[in-house]
Amino acid sequence: MSCCAPGAEMALDVSSTTSVLPSSEEIRLASRSLGDDLRQTDLSVPTVHCAACIQTIETALGKLERVEGARVNLSTKRVSVRWRGDEVPPFVAAIGRLGYQAHLFAPEADAKDRTLSELIRAVAVAGFAAGNIMLLSVSVWSGAEGATRDLFHWVSALIAIPALAFAGGIFFRSAWNALRHGRMNMDVPIAVGVSLAYAMSLYETINHGDHAYFDASVSLLFFLLIGRTLDHVMRERARTAVKGLSQLAARGAMVLRSDGARDYLPVGDIEPGMLLLIAAGERIPVDGKIVQGASDLDCSLVSGESTPKTVASGERVQAGTLNLTGSLTIEATAAAKDSFLAEMVRLMEAAEGGRAHYRRIADRVSTLYAPVVHLTAFVTFLGWMAATGDWHRAITIAIAVLIITCPCALGLAVPIVQVVAARRLFENGIMVKNGSALERLATIDTAVFDKTGTLTLGQPRLVNASSIDPATLAIAADMAAHSRHPFSKAIAGFASPGGQQKFDAVAEYPGFGIEAADAGAIWRLGRRGWAGWKARTGGEGKHGYGGTVLTKDGIIVATFDFEDALRADARAAVERLNDVGVSVQMLSGDTAGACAEVSKILGVGDFVACLLPSGKVECIETLAKDGHKVLMVGDGLNDTPALSAAHVSIAPATAADIGRNAADFVFLRESLLAVPLALDVSRKAGRLIRQNIAIAIVYNAVAVPIAILGHVTPLIAAIAMSASSLLVIGNALRLQGFGPHAPARSTAADRRASFGALARSS
Amino acid sequence: MTTLVCLIPVALFLGALGLAGFLWALRSGQYEDLDGAAERILIDRDDKSN
Repeated sequence: MSCCAPGAEMALDVSSTTSVLPSSEEIRLASRSLGDDLRQTDLSVPTVHCAACIQTIETALGKLERVEGARVNLSTKRVSVRWRGDEVPPFVAAIGRLGYQAHLFAPEADAKDRTLSELIRAVAVAGFAAGNIMLLSVSVWSGAEGATRDLFHWVSALIAIPALAFAGGIFFRSAWNALRHGRMNMDVPIAVGVSLAYAMSLYETINHGDHAYFDASVSLLFFLLIGRTLDHVMRERARTAVKGLSQLAARGAMVLRSDGARDYLPVGDIEPGMLLLIAAGERIPVDGKIVQGASDLDCSLVSGESTPKTVASGERVQAGTLNLTGSLTIEATAAAKDSFLAEMVRLMEAAEGGRAHYRRIADRVSTLYAPVVHLTAFVTFLGWMAATGDWHRAITIAIAVLIITCPCALGLAVPIVQVVAARRLFENGIMVKNGSALERLATIDTAVFDKTGTLTLGQPRLVNASSIDPATLAIAADMAAHSRHPFSKAIAGFASPGGQQKFDAVAEYPGFGIEAADAGAIWRLGRRGWAGWKARTGGEGKHGYGGTVLTKDGIIVATFDFEDALRADARAAVERLNDVGVSVQMLSGDTAGACAEVSKILGVGDFVACLLPSGKVECIETLAKDGHKVLMVGDGLNDTPALSAAHVSIAPATAADIGRNAADFVFLRESLLAVPLALDVSRKAGRLIRQNIAIAIVYNAVAVPIAILGHVTPLIAAIAMSASSLLVIGNALRLQGFGPHAPARSTAADRRASFGALARSS
Repeated sequence: MTTLVCLIPVALFLGALGLAGFLWALRSGQYEDLDGAAERILIDRDDKSN
């Protein structure tokens, strides 16, 4: 179960002392054995950002008992701690004391990125071969003759073998895979062109011919591998950044046995009927029924409701909700695989498929391109055979056509633009999962927003602070600091600096409020009916947000009104989307009243309230049936099926893990302007991709006739191919400087801001 | 021609040496934390155990 995205904890970071550290049982579950009593635990520490952080953390952890060593990885923002012994050293607490927040994440046996190292090795080998062969080729072009030329050709042929076998293998495998499934991709013409060029050159070398294309076939591989590696790095970077956000999930729970023993069990081992102890601040791991205790639950990630729900014994609770105020004993009514979260996964899988039909531009081009190229080469062969009857000459020229049309520029045309676009978005705190997401985003005409957590922050904000007596407000703030209820956190933000009121005793009554005793007077902050027990309780329903009051000895001294705080720039983002011709709608699980208010403030034309997760999917499918391309922006567990049903989806970094995984884009900063920015960049990228493909086609239109007429030499091929590739790369780089509101480049401050966002959201 | 017989193997050997060096560095994890490597140079090492 992994639904522990920040809910209430992220409000105001007053709770650093009260936030629950992972228990040693959890750390043990998440660590892996290195053999010989040695264990390693990987922690995600999103706030490390400089040399001082590295040194502080490594030194402090190194001093702990039984810790063998600690190593900070700044790129992935992780700390791996090696320790021995039965007991877990208190390293999470140690990091916490230094002012960093550390989170556990699932241990991966295969942590290293195999594909990336294979790609980099292939680039290295291809680069080595291409450099050396080019050196020899230049000598041939500048006039080496006879035996010397043959020697150079033979050495080139030898160097090319490892490059083709190792670096070319990536393309051969992919081309073979495509052909076997009856598909066509860009790797098919690449594989055919490269291998035929090598075979012909080998034949020429054996027969002392003067033209060999070893340099063309190997440098082609080199260029294409660079494009492919960049593409992979971009996606991997987004993936690790998104994974770094993973909060400590409820991977287990304390189980109360019938004989009174307490066991910490992983979520997967929890069975219906077991009694679970849920402390305040923990997420509920499985669906269940409350046996004992009362508390407030934050359901915002599960249902989209912005107001915490008060629960008491006998009521049912859903997996994924966050227990805010009191400890609960619940009886599990479903195993993890039958719980609410698993239900969302099933809905999500059912909804998927809309985007599976999407075919990437490069694939669509290649299905046209490859047959045309191969047909041209074949017709050239037939033409020369008919004209001269010289089969050797006909084959040589036909292969030259294949080499010159080998889609170097076309192979780079799409990925290079997407890498530049992803880089540009990354600088603005937006992660792109893959290139096809950029292509899909460029086509949308409707944007659908979730309300709680997306258009709003899902955190209440005190709206009438100015009308409350400052002294009274300070008392309320001091009391509120003792609670993790979202309302309390909103009030606690108004604490007067320094002037800490000293109370004799403070107690929290889950579901009701906080009581504090001070010099004989009893202060209560909480529900109107509970706190103001002496006041007339007539005005209950009038205060839309529940009615929270501060009382002294039962007499109401202040009333607090809350509203859900809007996400920064939400209105500007909606306006900007409307400006570029995208209609905006809102789908929410919250009440119609709350939705109407938000939609009025933001100028959202359409909204549907009180939706179940499946209702959101239906709404999106109806839009899709009407021919709309829908962008879904949402954060909750209840949005997850809708995120995967939509044509393309965006989630804020504060979303539930599963939502972040389902979304194509994740934005790390608070501002909702990320959505129009992503749309803008993706549309520009789409334009540049089309331009690049046009450049590649124009290049072919010029070069192919020359090749068909038999005028191509290896020198001309090398120049033509590099020139077209450079042109395509240069065109893609224009994306960097595009646009009137081109935001700042990746300055240090900018990067820190994005780390800050990471930190805040974790 | 005789110089070529010497020079080509020498050039290839040096190139291969560089390639091997790169592959070794890749395998031994030198490229795993590029940001960290850039920052670590600022750390003073006053104790030798580090």
